[in-house]
Amino acid sequence: MERKSRTVVPKERVDALGTREQLLRYLKLMVLIRRFEEKAGEMYLRAKIGGYLHLNIGEEGTVVGSVSALEERDYLYTSYRDHGYAIARGVNPKAVMAELFGKATGCSQGRGGSMHLFDARVHFLGGYGIVAAHIPVATGTALAATYRGTDEVTMCIFGEGATNIGAFHEGLNVAKLWRLPVVFVCTNNIYGMGTAVNRASAVSEIYRKACAYDIAAERVDGMDVLAVRDACLRGVERARKESEPTLIETMTYRYRGHSMADPARYRSEAEVRWWRERDPILTLETKLKEQGMVTQEEMDDIEANVERVVEESVEFADRSPAPSLDDLYKNVYAESEGR
Amino acid sequence: MPVITYREALNQALREEMQRDSNVFLMGEDIGLFEGAYKVTAGLFAEFGEKRVRDTPIAEEEIVGLGIGSAMVGLRPVIEIMTINFSLLALDQIVNNAAKLRYMFAGGVQMPLVIRMPEGGGNQLTAQHSQSLAVWFAHVPGLLVVAPSSPADAKGLLKTSIRDNNPVIFIEHFALYNTRGELPDGELLLPIGKADVKRVGEDVTIISHSRMVQVALAAAEQLAGQGISAEVVDLRTLRPLDKETVVNSVRKTSRAVVLEEGWPTYGISAEVTAFVQDMAFDYLDAPIRRIGGAEVPMPYARNVERAAIPSDQTVIAAVKELVA
Repeated sequence: MERKSRTVVPKERVDALGTREQLLRYLKLMVLIRRFEEKAGEMYLRAKIGGYLHLNIGEEGTVVGSVSALEERDYLYTSYRDHGYAIARGVNPKAVMAELFGKATGCSQGRGGSMHLFDARVHFLGGYGIVAAHIPVATGTALAATYRGTDEVTMCIFGEGATNIGAFHEGLNVAKLWRLPVVFVCTNNIYGMGTAVNRASAVSEIYRKACAYDIAAERVDGMDVLAVRDACLRGVERARKESEPTLIETMTYRYRGHSMADPARYRSEAEVRWWRERDPILTLETKLKEQGMVTQEEMDDIEANVERVVEESVEFADRSPAPSLDDLYKNVYAESEGR
Repeated sequence: MPVITYREALNQALREEMQRDSNVFLMGEDIGLFEGAYKVTAGLFAEFGEKRVRDTPIAEEEIVGLGIGSAMVGLRPVIEIMTINFSLLALDQIVNNAAKLRYMFAGGVQMPLVIRMPEGGGNQLTAQHSQSLAVWFAHVPGLLVVAPSSPADAKGLLKTSIRDNNPVIFIEHFALYNTRGELPDGELLLPIGKADVKRVGEDVTIISHSRMVQVALAAAEQLAGQGISAEVVDLRTLRPLDKETVVNSVRKTSRAVVLEEGWPTYGISAEVTAFVQDMAFDYLDAPIRRIGGAEVPMPYARNVERAAIPSDQTVIAAVKELVA
């Protein structure tokens, strides 16, 4: 296949590393997501959480890096592996844990659960359970911005497994054809459940699929929060300034199985170890320590603070009421004019 | 009162709602420059331009996804799926997203989305282009399903559907587009969820929707000449069903025939029969009769296709058996 060089954006940094405040924020968020997810896994094993539970552990660099590129007015869609994205976008961790617990105080009031977190106030337009089906929906939200002549950008997160189904291709085609302000972020964690990308996709380098639609694309180290942020900033700027879509592929890894029900026997310990050595939190922490931007004492403070936030989220979820049975049918329909 | 076609009625509804609300826009295959496979959108591209009358690629899942994602942030998209047969490519978007997002997200989003599509057979379009699948959508909580039989109902219900904050599946019928009917003067808004007695009678109630209402009316006219007075109830909305209007009619006539063009197994006639026997059991003088299309993929040859679709003669025969 001939590759157009213009579909790959030069990788120079949009910014320098960033301000110390920003960098510490990324670090804190990644640690929060890691500890939150570990706690969620623990609560699942204690049967406080039901259904499916898909964790972001290992993917924090991609999660925080992508969401950090957005402005408040922008919109975010994700797949069902959504806890970290919701927290990074500003959904209260208490409301996320309460949702996992199926409580009335959850961000979806106990109607969505792990896969369907949602908070319109922070323009987090939801976690979606059908692979790739939120890609067409995200293009619709991007279309609304062009329709109104406003400059919000829509970001859509999905896994590499989503790129083999029609919805992905239909969405990318229209995004380019109609010049929609959308950033597609493919988190390539190498496995669609237990099937490795090279066993499911004729083209394993997902970003190359964008050339079929003449969409700008790049692949970045998804374990490096700054690399992800910078690539996403380029995509967001292209969307906002030029009204053009971008596809970003972040190479990342989930340390746990697909869900809590998956012991991940399809991959080797050596492979997991290789990725763990590139841990996104450790990578940023080391970088900041080398630059003298954070001390071990400050790291300990971050850990202690995060532990408190996570504990509080569990306490909040635990003592929150279950949804009222009187509300079983609430929100199936809107009350509308004319009926 | 002016007389217009079902097609013109739909076109008027679209035009009036687009003039009234700048958030209303249209998307679909060949609806703009080409003016629609069935010309329902004729003149709208010229009047409103390509921003509001958007020609899409042939990509049903994407088209419906575009509608959902734009409706979630406040636009009011009206989508045309060229025929209901192609909606199967968008079923995931309709069932898993349009119908569920409000509930799943605890009322955090509105879904003011209309999906228009014609169904039905009768033009030798064969197995993949002649289906009546309204019941597939009527099965799903979160969707409203509307299926008008006359030009006035088509206009009044489409305007209401566009103003509704729920996803509305708006079922049209190929064979109705040229049907003519009177249109009341002035603003016409008809409520979703209300059936309509299209012909008053005493001996039997024929319950139907969409084109089969026209078939029922033709049958009722002939039956009247033979001394049988048939009442024709047009469901108009398939979800939610107006049980009250149907049951009141059956309590009066004591006999019911339920007629649909689609396959009757698990069909609309099955649902209507179930609630009528439940709510009017003591009023029934005879078992409820169900009539539907032949349970085959629609055949091509004209004579065989005709045999596969219920006709006025099928209805007359059923009614005569019932009142004998």
